[in-house]
Amino acid sequence: MTAWSRRHVLSTEDWTREEIERVLDQTEPMLEVLGRPIRRTPALRGRTVVLFFAEASTRTRMSFELAAKALSADTSIITASGSSIEKGETLLDTVRTLQALGAEILVMRSAASGAPYFVAERVTSAVINAGDGWHAHPTQGLLDAFTLRRALGDLAGKRIVIVGDVLHSRVARSDIHTLVPLGATVTLSGPPTLIPAAWRCGQLPPGVSHEEEVDRALDAADAVIALRLQRERQESGLLPSLREYALEWGITEERVARMRPGAPVLHPGPMNEGVEIDAAVAHGSRSLIEQQVTNGVAVRMALLLLLAGTPVAA
Amino acid sequence: MILAHVRRIDADGRERREDVRIGDDRERVDGDGLVVLPGLIDLHAHLREPGYEESETVATGARAALRGGFTTVCAMANTLPAIDSPGLVAEIAARGREARAARVLSVAAITRGRNGRELADLIELARAGAVAFSDDGDPVEDARLFRSALEYAHAAGRPVLEHAQDRALSGRGVMHEGAVSADLGLPGIPAAAEESAVARDVAIAKLTGARLHLQHVSTAGSLELVRRAKAEGLQVTCEVAPHHLALTDAWVAGSRALAWEDGAPRGVAFDSATKVNPPLRTAADARALWAGIADGTVDAIATDHAPHASVRKDVDYADAAFGISGIETALSLVLMGVAAGMGDLGAVVRALTAGPARVLGTSLPDDLIVVDPSREWTVSAATLVSKGKNTPLLGRTLRGRVIAAIVDGETRYRDDAALGGRRSAEAAAR
Amino acid sequence: MTALLGADDVRRAISRIAHEIVERDRDPSRLALVGIRSRGDILAARLRAAIRQNEGVDLPLGALDITLYRDDLTRIGHAPIVRTTEIDFPVDDRVVVLVDDVLFTGRTIRAAMDALVDYGRPRAIRLAVLVDRGHRELPIRADHVGKNVPTQPGDDVRVHLVEVDGRDEVELLRAEVPA
Repeated sequence: MTAWSRRHVLSTEDWTREEIERVLDQTEPMLEVLGRPIRRTPALRGRTVVLFFAEASTRTRMSFELAAKALSADTSIITASGSSIEKGETLLDTVRTLQALGAEILVMRSAASGAPYFVAERVTSAVINAGDGWHAHPTQGLLDAFTLRRALGDLAGKRIVIVGDVLHSRVARSDIHTLVPLGATVTLSGPPTLIPAAWRCGQLPPGVSHEEEVDRALDAADAVIALRLQRERQESGLLPSLREYALEWGITEERVARMRPGAPVLHPGPMNEGVEIDAAVAHGSRSLIEQQVTNGVAVRMALLLLLAGTPVAA
Repeated sequence: MILAHVRRIDADGRERREDVRIGDDRERVDGDGLVVLPGLIDLHAHLREPGYEESETVATGARAALRGGFTTVCAMANTLPAIDSPGLVAEIAARGREARAARVLSVAAITRGRNGRELADLIELARAGAVAFSDDGDPVEDARLFRSALEYAHAAGRPVLEHAQDRALSGRGVMHEGAVSADLGLPGIPAAAEESAVARDVAIAKLTGARLHLQHVSTAGSLELVRRAKAEGLQVTCEVAPHHLALTDAWVAGSRALAWEDGAPRGVAFDSATKVNPPLRTAADARALWAGIADGTVDAIATDHAPHASVRKDVDYADAAFGISGIETALSLVLMGVAAGMGDLGAVVRALTAGPARVLGTSLPDDLIVVDPSREWTVSAATLVSKGKNTPLLGRTLRGRVIAAIVDGETRYRDDAALGGRRSAEAAAR
Repeated sequence: MTALLGADDVRRAISRIAHEIVERDRDPSRLALVGIRSRGDILAARLRAAIRQNEGVDLPLGALDITLYRDDLTRIGHAPIVRTTEIDFPVDDRVVVLVDDVLFTGRTIRAAMDALVDYGRPRAIRLAVLVDRGHRELPIRADHVGKNVPTQPGDDVRVHLVEVDGRDEVELLRAEVPA
């Protein structure tokens, strides 16, 4: 097993299969820690993790906080409304402040695709991307891969369907970047206005296919990941109505029944029940949505440990 | 200094060998390996003065132009205030004269204040010295107003230089819409945003019978529309920018391979220095632009030099200003493309000299530049004379350097380090 | 390279320790074995089998990975590989016998005790090791020892077990003596 050499976790698109598997393998022991009466180990005692959330997010932020605390790290949280960003301070100024704070690990979430790359070039901290615009959400990709691997075993040859607003989804992109290296294929389906034109016209990344009809996409699929549909997509003229979306692409029990027996249902959350996913499916026997949440904390613990244990290159 | 028996290419691309004098001293030096060209003409540069002097001034821009081999540079009107009054037109030209570097020609706005609503006093602006009209930075969105602009500019005897873009289609796009933008999760500017505007502009040119020049054409589709317009006999001309000839949308994802290279060490993704409008397109588009130079569809290579102070670029990709500081790297990139087999040197020289002169409707001034096509230089904040260091080529070593420039008979730039190393003409003759 | 224990020695040591554990605590219902990865867990399994054979009693068996409790996590220069811990019986009020292959500085045992008390409050913690090589840096001592071996701090003691290494053997590699 080669030493872990990645300084940052910005996107898994250039990760090797070994690197992805290393994180997934290290996530199991973290789950065990979370299952104990005392959900804490002293591994990162005395280390600082700064959470810089320029875009609001309760779930991901809390997940990282729990992960850091489970390893006894100290956490510091900066949100957009609390920082000077609202006063018009540039990202560069904020970055300099973050650098001065001396965070060892910086977890950042931003509404702008590419922001963590900008920051990683300019700080000595290790940077974990907790979601940047439409571009990437690597920890979600890893936790989805972990959840699916636990449910399905070896992912080689498995077909995972992602349904919904792929165009605006960093989750879809990151899922592709972890599932395909592990040997799975990904089928994308959703309203044509919400699938990138290039992907609709056949210029797809390796291991990815596009199926216009969601029912056909789900036939004999091994799992489905439903993406959240944001209300503003309807407002910006990309969709006629949420009602039509729910009818044509919503994950209903009928649609779930088309997949292989036992094929699980995932969703990154938060859910719009009745729109992209029916309540019965979300809380049904095939749903792994709650496991995703716990697995998310465990994956983030594994990453914090890997980055904290990796020294800064001289 | 006299460069003995140096290779000289004229504006029509024809070659000969002769002695060329630069400067007043009589030293005869071997001219082998160098190329003398007519001073290049840049139809499209943003000199940012007045209003954005932190990004460039007429003086710094004119000096940067000269380093890039451009002895004539056309200054765009999207300053603050816009160049829409005779006083400002004259002021820009005067600043250019004071700088004693490249010759600065003033381009005036098409509409008052570049507001896209009313025509500026085009005839008066032409009389004050404006060589062309452009609202560049913006298209003239109102088609009826654009029609009037083409017709009225005809009376003023000057070409309209149009930035063809359908803003509704380009939306909040920040890079070319394609496979790369799909992978990166960045909103895209589809080729159709340019092509539909080009089609509209060509149709209006046909309607009015007036001259139309299309700026920074970047897609194969746009070029095909221009090709057909010319075949129909319309007075449509166009220019392409060196960054569209050499860079591709893959650079936004971190590639640093020029359009004719197979691979290169990668750079950082989401570098805002790659953000430009029209955006960097695909390699296929770049190849189509080179083909357009070869078959004459492309009339001119123009830099669209767009310097920016770092405060405008050192932000998120979505918030960064559009534009590449390109006037100093233009010739190097184009020569490297020629060396890689993308095009022919004669055609390229025409596109940088006779072509732009024809678009402006002027004759070629008697300026000269001396180029060392094999001289390498590394692009850096220190080696760039422009205030704009916003180029994705930072850190890259380019081949091809201007080592002297003569404007109006005066040697206004001379790289003595480069020239000093040359052996005497007698030594060469032996 | 010196052989410290051969296969027979290892077998006898385990047998003797199994007897000692039960002698020490006459009521086996309060006992539990927790092996420290990554060879202590194998030894703990063998002790459990021996005790089952001798006394007819099946002791609860757990395995502990102490990576997350090490005190040198930031100094080792590389991200270590964490293995799973499995303690699926209640630890409260039990006499837990920690099992490890080699006792050296005592830091591993300190970490193991920290981990164990995160699971509950044992009645007592005892320590059984195959080899005690001395040079303690913390006040820790073993209750049951297979063999005491004098070593230099720079020496390397290597334990091989059939389950993972194909043979039972404990070797001593002396540190290089400067010329």
